[in-house]
Amino acid sequence: MKDDVTSREERVENLKGMGCSRKRVEDARFTQGKGNYVDDIKLDGMLFGDFVRSPYAHARITSIDTEAALKVPGVLAVLTAADLEPLGLHWMPTLAGDKQMVLADGKVLFQGQEVAFVVAEDRYAAADGIELVEVEYEELPVIVDPFEALQSDVVLREDLVAEDGSLPDGAHGPRKHANHIFTWEAGDKAPTEEVIANAEVVAEESMYYHRTHPCPLETCGCVASMDKVNGKLTLWGTFQAPHAIRTIVSLISGLEEHNIRVISPDIGGGFGNKVGAYPGYVCSVVASIVTGKPVKWIEDRMDNLMTTAFARDYHMTGKISATPEGKITGLHCHVTADHGGFDACADPTKFPAGFMNICTGSYDIPTAYLEVDGVYTNKAPGGVSYRCSFRVTEAVYFIERMIEVLAIKLDMDAAELRRINFIKKEQFPYTAALGWEYDSGDYHTAWDKALKAVDYDGLRAEQAQRVADFKAGKTRKLMGIGLSFFTEIVGAGPVKNCDILGLGMFDSCEIRIHPTGSAIARLGTISQGQGHATTFAQILASEIGLPADSITIEEGDTDTAPYGLGTYGSRSTPVAGAATAMAGRKIRAKAQMIAAYLLEVHDDDVEFDVDRFVVKGAPERFKTMKDIAFAAYNQAIPGIEPGLEAVSYYDPPNMTYPFGAYVCVMDIDVDTGVPEIRRFYALDDCGTRINPMIIEGQVHGGLTEALAVALGQEIAYDDMGNCKTGTLMDFFLPTAWEVPNYETDYTVTPSPHHPIGAKGVGESPHVGGVPCFSNAVQDAFRPFGNTHTNMPHDHWRIWKTANGLGLHD
Amino acid sequence: MSKKQHYTLTVNGKEEEFLAEPRELLIYTLRERLNITGPHIGCETSHCGACTVTIDGKSVKACTMFVAQASGKDITTIEGIGGPDNLHPLQEAFKEHHGLQCGYCTPGMITRATKLLEEIPNPTEEEIRFGMAGNICRCTGYQNIVKSIQAAASEMNAAASGSEAVGDKTVEAAE
Amino acid sequence: MIPAAFEYYRPKDMAGVLSLLEEHGDDARVMAGGHSLIPMMKLRMAEVPHLIDLQDVGGMAEIVIEADSIRIGAMVTQADIIDHAGLSDAAPILREAALQIADPQVRYMGTVGGNVANGDPGNDMPGLMQCLDARFVVVGPDGEREIAAREFYEAAYMTARADEEVLTTVILPLPRGGYAYEKQKRKIGDYATAAAAVQIVAEGGVCTAASVAMTNLSDTPVWSEAAGAALVGTGVDDAAVKAAMAAMLDDIDPSEDNRGPVAFKKHVAGVILRRAIERAWSRA
Repeated sequence: MKDDVTSREERVENLKGMGCSRKRVEDARFTQGKGNYVDDIKLDGMLFGDFVRSPYAHARITSIDTEAALKVPGVLAVLTAADLEPLGLHWMPTLAGDKQMVLADGKVLFQGQEVAFVVAEDRYAAADGIELVEVEYEELPVIVDPFEALQSDVVLREDLVAEDGSLPDGAHGPRKHANHIFTWEAGDKAPTEEVIANAEVVAEESMYYHRTHPCPLETCGCVASMDKVNGKLTLWGTFQAPHAIRTIVSLISGLEEHNIRVISPDIGGGFGNKVGAYPGYVCSVVASIVTGKPVKWIEDRMDNLMTTAFARDYHMTGKISATPEGKITGLHCHVTADHGGFDACADPTKFPAGFMNICTGSYDIPTAYLEVDGVYTNKAPGGVSYRCSFRVTEAVYFIERMIEVLAIKLDMDAAELRRINFIKKEQFPYTAALGWEYDSGDYHTAWDKALKAVDYDGLRAEQAQRVADFKAGKTRKLMGIGLSFFTEIVGAGPVKNCDILGLGMFDSCEIRIHPTGSAIARLGTISQGQGHATTFAQILASEIGLPADSITIEEGDTDTAPYGLGTYGSRSTPVAGAATAMAGRKIRAKAQMIAAYLLEVHDDDVEFDVDRFVVKGAPERFKTMKDIAFAAYNQAIPGIEPGLEAVSYYDPPNMTYPFGAYVCVMDIDVDTGVPEIRRFYALDDCGTRINPMIIEGQVHGGLTEALAVALGQEIAYDDMGNCKTGTLMDFFLPTAWEVPNYETDYTVTPSPHHPIGAKGVGESPHVGGVPCFSNAVQDAFRPFGNTHTNMPHDHWRIWKTANGLGLHD
Repeated sequence: MSKKQHYTLTVNGKEEEFLAEPRELLIYTLRERLNITGPHIGCETSHCGACTVTIDGKSVKACTMFVAQASGKDITTIEGIGGPDNLHPLQEAFKEHHGLQCGYCTPGMITRATKLLEEIPNPTEEEIRFGMAGNICRCTGYQNIVKSIQAAASEMNAAASGSEAVGDKTVEAAE
Repeated sequence: MIPAAFEYYRPKDMAGVLSLLEEHGDDARVMAGGHSLIPMMKLRMAEVPHLIDLQDVGGMAEIVIEADSIRIGAMVTQADIIDHAGLSDAAPILREAALQIADPQVRYMGTVGGNVANGDPGNDMPGLMQCLDARFVVVGPDGEREIAAREFYEAAYMTARADEEVLTTVILPLPRGGYAYEKQKRKIGDYATAAAAVQIVAEGGVCTAASVAMTNLSDTPVWSEAAGAALVGTGVDDAAVKAAMAAMLDDIDPSEDNRGPVAFKKHVAGVILRRAIERAWSRA
């Protein structure tokens, strides 16, 4: 009570709770080279495993000869599908209800596919062994185009065709063709078609959202260590969902789940790449069981780009109808989704196309219909959410392009078209035509703020002058103004409709308050750079009144952390953040009883104030949370158990719907196709802001990944299914030199159903950024007749657009 | 496999002697043989700079050098730049200005930045962006990395120019 | 990415290098900075059973500026080129080009000798040296000989240097007049989509000499004699530039890759050349 010299403001400040730009607690170790990533793990006797991979995209395997490889000094074993088959591990289930070969079972379906696993004393011997495994292939016709796949007689997945030639249903219903995976629908087909058929204005466009890859700087990898004495398996790895991995390993290996400990150490970026389960994990586990020694597997960069976790690859066709005044009346979207050789998409089970049905965007569109066809091709499996929530990037790109295309059709300003179609503030909660209930939003305010900040009218005037100058031969540079207004759907999700492999997508937090007033909290999520150890402590600090600096946050060890579904799809703050707040409130509720006892008043007569409970009307009578923590452990309080701990499993009642308004100003050299980003303004509304510094950092990073995807980053194949972009020479990751400075801004519209009103932000800048960069490129050419051109807008494609519009004549 | 050879390196001031195959890449020598795991492996084709170390005064990507080439040389890694009791101003600045997220590129980034600030003690933003272009970061978008390096440069320049600068800094802090 | 095993040698002098080359023939390769060779070895696209590291061979790391020529040792790095004050005055195009090669770390290791000798059409120095009419000194069992840069490149990775020879020095006549090295690339660290080296001499508003070379637009660098000739005797007006562009386009033979198809590359080559000529002329 002697600390009452500090003011209330100072007490708030001391907590470093929500809303302050607390410096990150993770950074001490990272800046000193003391992070602990999976490849830093070194165990006694540890072996190294690596794959023989297929050079062909589609081939039958006629023989595998491992004899020469086994003679390489240091090579201990070479696993093939034949070795895994007796264990039932030559195939594994995918997250999408399909199955995938762990090691090639008679054929390969994409270049780089895992054929054999060489286990050696070190990575050098493994590499030498790989060279000597002799595999004979019989090449088969290659299909890299999903439209061709749906017409072709070539069957990619014989395992999915019955002996009589009929097609058994897939995990998501009937299949139309041997290479067809599913058809998924949302909305009302007939009414939508009718609205569009009778509309006065209809704009149509086909667009291809190209295949790309999350490419975190650290590749995927693991160390499996089977302790045969105790029957326990420990698996360290780059897992964005460690608990789910434990359950999957248990289900497919037959090991009881309590005998499996999965640990995600520090992770060097994930962006969706590290959600799935990969053959490397399974083979490492098997190799450790076989050899009795720890086995490490680490992808190299080519393995990473060519085999694990592609993203996007959506061929989208849209129709959007409107009144002549620009009020949108209907939206129709068809997607042909290229899933590669296996359907290994990482989506909630009931959503084979993720949340693509958020594709009505931020607009009040009364009628809509979406249909997605998933297709097999001879490309790598994956279909992960690269810095987005389950296909939201595709959905937002689609609608933000359709809006632009409609604006062209209407000869209308695209900013104004957006404004007149936004869902109005008073319409929230708003149920969209494709089913989602948007929890909250104030789009007009955000849009007006953004347009004012960039002087939108001034930019348009400058652009008009530039067009005039260009036509007069005074310049060869065009100016594009990219607009994007996005609504995300994140925080998957309510257990009633969101699960992965039957595991409900709740998340969790367990808190233990120590007697001296510090604490540890463990969560079911895992940071890959988002700074959870910093921000979750801030949430707790505000909830329980202990300083964030006195709270340790721990994630990633399934033996100690409560079960959760992990970190991806911007779900950590919406779900685990909510669990944290709720667990904190349980602590507070018990603390209130303890405080009342200590202060000798009724429970209802004390109230929480920053870091203490005070007697109502007598603020000089109080017990700090520190006092209460000590009392919880040293006093026998009638009717109250000793200790101060709580756990919360939070099943969110709804998703959260962050939104934002972005503007990009770009100059484009018509002759070389080189774009130059002159300005980028990003307004994000992620609800309650926990740590503005970290939010800004997330926005900078997400925008940079958006820039990469929009302007050049792709996984490309030739007609033979050879991946053409397997190294960082060709796979575009921008450097500091190619990246602009970003201006960040915000509005705050708290989520009404989230305990602290937070919505998540990590993926917003990527989701909103891609269409913004793309729209800037396309807008530059709009005055010359461009309606749509596909990403990535690398130099040659921009040049091609200019060339096609006759700008080089 | 070829015959192992005898090699000597000085790493962070400490002399190391060992037998290794000449093809062993320096990054693995550091990480796996000497347990110096600060430098990381990102791309393996000398594009990303996560493995950056300083060798005889030059910024070098340790994934693109054989241990045989490195033998006899003086190597500094992030571990030799500063520790808990003597943080380098760049380490402080990266923490202060949120110049990192997942931390994977950070050791290479800071190691390269130490050399950049020797080359150009007071760099412009453009010089920083150009001078750091051999290091890829997937998380930060570079904006706060640039800010961190600028801040470290001012700090180091102020320290270098002695008491007068300390006075300036005081003024700055008071503002 | 792990290279195949090899024997490693670090001879102290050129005699040691040459005897190893003689002994191992095709199976041996010399290496300077290694930043072209090592990635190829790691990807197992180059197999080098005997690797000869030149770092201890003295006398190849000097830049000597003489009255009418410049001698650059093969082991001089791109960073050395950038930092050498005398060279920046005497042949500023070298610094301008070197700054557009790769990134800072790679420029610390990458050497002029390695860049010109290995015959990678993506490298920038070969075209530049052709533009400057450099000669390459190679030493072999029969002693030294000089090969003109303009005659050195035969095909991708194929050069006039014999397997048992080592490129030791680049000699270039002191460049005269205005210069420019113009390069379009997708990002730092990329090879050129198209690059042009131009050196122009102006006397009284008339071009009296011009040299043009292009990079990564054929399987070798392309010195376009005709493009240079198209500028000589003109005031480097629009017609002359167009003539030079047309002449250059006749000499290049780009192929499609991830940077784009042939038509795009040709167009960009023209644009880049125009810009290089205009910048060089403005400095002439």
